[in-house]
Amino acid sequence: MDCLAALCQMRPVLGDADKNLAAHHQWLDRALEAGADLVIFPELSLHGYFLRDLTQEVALKIGDPIVQELVARSKDCSIVFGFAEESDDHCFFNSVVFAEDGKVLQVHRKVHLPDYGIFEEGRYFAAGREIETVHSKLGKFGLLICEDAWHLSGGWLHFLQGADAMILPSASPARGIDTDEPELTSQNAWRTLTAAHALFFQSWVLHCNRVGFEDGTMFWGGSCVHSPFGEMAALAHEQDEELLLFQLDSKRTRRARLMSPLRRDAQPDLIRLHLARLLQDPDALNN
Amino acid sequence: MTLPPPPACNVELATSALTAFLREETRKVGFQKAVLGLSGGIDSALVVELAARALGGENVLAVAMPYRTSNPISLELAQESAQHAAVQFEVVDISAMADAHIATSPGLAEDDSDAARLRKGNIMARCRMIVLYDRSARDHALVYGTSNKTELMLGYGTIFGDMASALNPIGDLYKSQIVALSKHLGVPKAIVDRPPSADLWQGQTDEEELGFSYDEVDAFLHHSIDRRYTREELLQLGFTETAVNSLSRRVQINQYKRRPPVIAKLANRTVNLDYRYARDWGS
Repeated sequence: MDCLAALCQMRPVLGDADKNLAAHHQWLDRALEAGADLVIFPELSLHGYFLRDLTQEVALKIGDPIVQELVARSKDCSIVFGFAEESDDHCFFNSVVFAEDGKVLQVHRKVHLPDYGIFEEGRYFAAGREIETVHSKLGKFGLLICEDAWHLSGGWLHFLQGADAMILPSASPARGIDTDEPELTSQNAWRTLTAAHALFFQSWVLHCNRVGFEDGTMFWGGSCVHSPFGEMAALAHEQDEELLLFQLDSKRTRRARLMSPLRRDAQPDLIRLHLARLLQDPDALNN
Repeated sequence: MTLPPPPACNVELATSALTAFLREETRKVGFQKAVLGLSGGIDSALVVELAARALGGENVLAVAMPYRTSNPISLELAQESAQHAAVQFEVVDISAMADAHIATSPGLAEDDSDAARLRKGNIMARCRMIVLYDRSARDHALVYGTSNKTELMLGYGTIFGDMASALNPIGDLYKSQIVALSKHLGVPKAIVDRPPSADLWQGQTDEEELGFSYDEVDAFLHHSIDRRYTREELLQLGFTETAVNSLSRRVQINQYKRRPPVIAKLANRTVNLDYRYARDWGS
């Protein structure tokens, strides 16, 4: 896990994969020029977020030339990007691709689809069922797309699978200006969330959020990197496009895990026992 | 019992978010300019400040549209806020067009009943909308709205009149937040301190007409809508039963003003029901 990560805090154009593909190329050029080994784009970076009925019109299969053109660029660096995916049986997923050496290493399909407030992902997307850690030449990465990270179970499963870093592409809308706090309510919550993932799972956390507006909703940016101690290690500006570069260092992960051996003491077998008991008792999970 | 305070407002964040909102949402649909009505009140004075910051004063046209009975101070203050924001300014007297319309309904001109005053007020608001949308076509400028969240929730505005716009930067800010943000952006003090009024007749003030102070209404709406307090919780906070009942009812009966017209569903895909695309589609 010693690599230079580049987080592309970009502004995708809604529903226009061609324009967004061109933008991805430009961001990749910039990141490669800076010497990046790993380049991360936000959630649905090829398509934009509030697609609504467009989802079914613009979604791409994994073999589509647009997707494959980006995958091909992973000959030069590992790439994480997001898109609306259509499966062979015509289900639609909010997916992120991890590409390396010109090949797809993994497709993570968003597991937790928010369907409340301003979100309507459950209306358009099918939920992914896999939480599988990526074994990259750079290290082991846990992919969690936006709402996935609001359920600690996903990060914990990656932690158990040996992830060194969590990659969190997001499209987080700005909400909550009605306080005297310096940050938005939604932004504050995300800071706690990313710091908690880093602290509890003693992993680097790479949160790549998008910027720009869609129908009046602002995506606030503020992409960041947390160290395996939970500290904020790098932070992009809010609201503007920015390439955030950060050198990940495996020695810090080791030091964090020596200081408190959370991985060693996780006791997943105990959790399995209790979960199995709870799942067998219909009343236990419904009170 | 002391009522809770009206909602706070992070003025720095609101300024940067709303300025970026206007700039991005205007330019991505192919416009560089904006047009808005200036009433001499705080809402439009705030929007003109935001618009000037977003697009540059030379790209913003503020139009004052007095009727012959409008308070002359309103026009003076409209001019002052246009000057303060350093935007283009135009005065269009709507008396002739409004009177021509009023004259089509025999007896309306002389009628001084509440219902007649309301009808005439609505005619004026719609005349102003016509002027703004004409300037929009003339100058290739997007119409900015100036309805705040308190008005939108209470339905205190004219549908297809002052509620008509392409972009509304302040529709999610309560009146008390509008005041805080206006002070922050240096809106002239005479405008900030002026009692809010629809200026439909002399001496009219919003608070007298609503029967509640804006602070009370905003605290109520903020807790009920944004914080999702139940009726019982609102009563426990100190809102009277009368306030809870009348404000809740008002919010409910004006829902129609906040929605596009209802379309009878016949086909498989119906506009806005199950034909759902963002306005920003492809832009």
